[in-house]
Amino acid sequence: MSDSAAHEEQELIQLLTPDGESVPHPDYPLDLTAEEVRGLYRDLVLVRRLDAEAVALQRQGELGLWASLLGQEAAQIGSGRALRRQDVVFPSYRDHGVAWCRGLGSKELLGLFRGVTNGGWDPAEYNFYLYTIVIGSQTLHATGYAMGVQRDGALGEDGIAVITYFGDGATSQGDTNEAFNYAAVNNAPIVFFCQNNQWAISEPSERQSRAPIYQRAAGFGFPGLRVDGNDVFACLAVTREALRHAREGQGPTLIEAFTYRMGAHTTSDDPTRYRLSAEAEEWQRKDPISRVRAYLVREGMADDGFFAAVDAEAEELGARVRTDCRALPDPAPLDIFREVYAEPHSHLDRQRAEFADYLASFEGAEGAAR
Amino acid sequence: MSGTELTLGRAINAGLRRAMENDPKVLMMGEDIGKLGGVFRITDGLYKDFGADRVIDTPLAESGIIGTAIGLAMRGYRPVCEIQFDGFFFPAANQTFTQLAKFRARSGGQLRMPVVIRIPYGGGIGAVEHHSESPEAYFTHTAGLRTVTVANPEDAYWMIQQAVACDDPVVFLEPKRRYWDKAQVRTEGTPETATPMGAARVARSGTDITLVAYGPMVKIALQAAEADTERSIEVVDLRSLSPVDYDTVFESVRRTGRLVVAHEAPVSSGLGAEIAARVTESCFYHLEAPVVRVGGFDTPYPPSRLEEHYLPDLDRVLDGVDRAFAF
Repeated sequence: MSDSAAHEEQELIQLLTPDGESVPHPDYPLDLTAEEVRGLYRDLVLVRRLDAEAVALQRQGELGLWASLLGQEAAQIGSGRALRRQDVVFPSYRDHGVAWCRGLGSKELLGLFRGVTNGGWDPAEYNFYLYTIVIGSQTLHATGYAMGVQRDGALGEDGIAVITYFGDGATSQGDTNEAFNYAAVNNAPIVFFCQNNQWAISEPSERQSRAPIYQRAAGFGFPGLRVDGNDVFACLAVTREALRHAREGQGPTLIEAFTYRMGAHTTSDDPTRYRLSAEAEEWQRKDPISRVRAYLVREGMADDGFFAAVDAEAEELGARVRTDCRALPDPAPLDIFREVYAEPHSHLDRQRAEFADYLASFEGAEGAAR
Repeated sequence: MSGTELTLGRAINAGLRRAMENDPKVLMMGEDIGKLGGVFRITDGLYKDFGADRVIDTPLAESGIIGTAIGLAMRGYRPVCEIQFDGFFFPAANQTFTQLAKFRARSGGQLRMPVVIRIPYGGGIGAVEHHSESPEAYFTHTAGLRTVTVANPEDAYWMIQQAVACDDPVVFLEPKRRYWDKAQVRTEGTPETATPMGAARVARSGTDITLVAYGPMVKIALQAAEADTERSIEVVDLRSLSPVDYDTVFESVRRTGRLVVAHEAPVSSGLGAEIAARVTESCFYHLEAPVVRVGGFDTPYPPSRLEEHYLPDLDRVLDGVDRAFAF
């Protein structure tokens, strides 16, 4: 291990080792009840199952695409469970675990990937904004929203913190760096949560950034931390602290969750073309779920009955995901024109009327689809 | 008389002030818009009276201006963004085209995007590179955006208020070479009682040919109509570029039988091409001649010592009118 690698290792905040041993951290105390730990374990297992089911549905032709979270469950559940109800999330497109924590289900999550909607849920209902495909764009929306929270005076103990999720690839984008800067100069109540899963499609993180990502925050004038992204305890404790920091008006924090994307970037690519299986095997040993399971067993917090019950629940969830997916209705053709504008727009109104007439011309014709 | 004589620039300033007074959710954001009042002084005095929380001097990053405005709109604010010059819009294009324009449709109407993007645009002030462009076709080609421009102080005063009140994102193009043109502005009433932002205006009636123009070209179109003593030229000021008020354009062309469209932007794939196509589709049997376009060349905006050749002037517009009659 090189000196710099050793240094980075030292910077990694970890509360639970891959073997399931608890290691207290002086700056990030975490006091969880057995029930809370079991709850985290359940979340991790269920979102992994939801994800696996969606991958299978894509293979069956039910989804056009899926971006798998496999390997990143702890980063998403840990940070997602650190949120309070009033906190507001600006996600990327792989953050199904965070969505889970916000209460979204397969009916909402699968619509975009099935192609029946370009959204899928009401952001205000869940305090969870829409998935963002154009890399890094959402970091600016989150920053602007946080500036609004600030202007509303909605900070303090019961105040609102904003969190935005993005990957290591997004740190190459101008928008992400502009967001860091806007947030810093405005002291905005925001947490930048980077899931460094080591790969931006086929490009390794060293092709994205010369400097460690968390260190970049210092150049913008706010704290940056690197946390073990496969450690749900550490992700929870560090995010909770960063959200508190934001809520209390102390400004932004960058959290780099050091994790690994075990699967493909999306169902469209083939990771065997660009990375070695040994790497995945190494990360397999750091699996986010097995270490919590080992901890639960070691501490006597869960028995076989509990694990069997979670597995059964995962089976039920899998069945529900399949049913929900196939039940998502196709939109009507004229929905193309819906809600493009808040107020009438004569060009669009004319096109809509023409298309409606065109569709109507098929009515009664033999073999008409609709 | 509640009217007052204002330059076009001061009229926008007065309209912005009134919008800020009427709605505490209205914010200004942009580079140098605070103490300096913007490089054209359009936000002059607003920082002093409304404070740094409502007149936000942003870092020098255009994508950041539009991207954070989107977030502020999601939080219930009505941001008015100033892009310092037309040529500097492009770094903000991603946020405008892929995000701002689409959020309403993506969310099935759950998200409102009441964001105004103000851009001083067009040539004629002897500026250096990237300070004289006419990017309107990019905006009018993008679903989800509204695009408007103004040609006189009264429209400037009312339309900026209407743009701020609109729940859709509005690109508000300010013809910078007309900032100093003065006229009486009627200030009584409300934005709702003024001529709607989406309506075109017959700026001068005529019977022989319709001359469609907008923004900085309206003044030249009116001069052309004045100068032509042989033919009666009707001038239509579009005001709204997306949507175009085709009812007004068609009605005029059906009466006159001839149409010239004049704009500063390059002719190819410009708004003139779109209007020519629509008029041909809808008014074919009323046309006495093909629709003629007069505009900038398909070149980058030239160095300012050449801009008088690039920009359609009185003679080029009259030449276009001649062509429509020579057919």
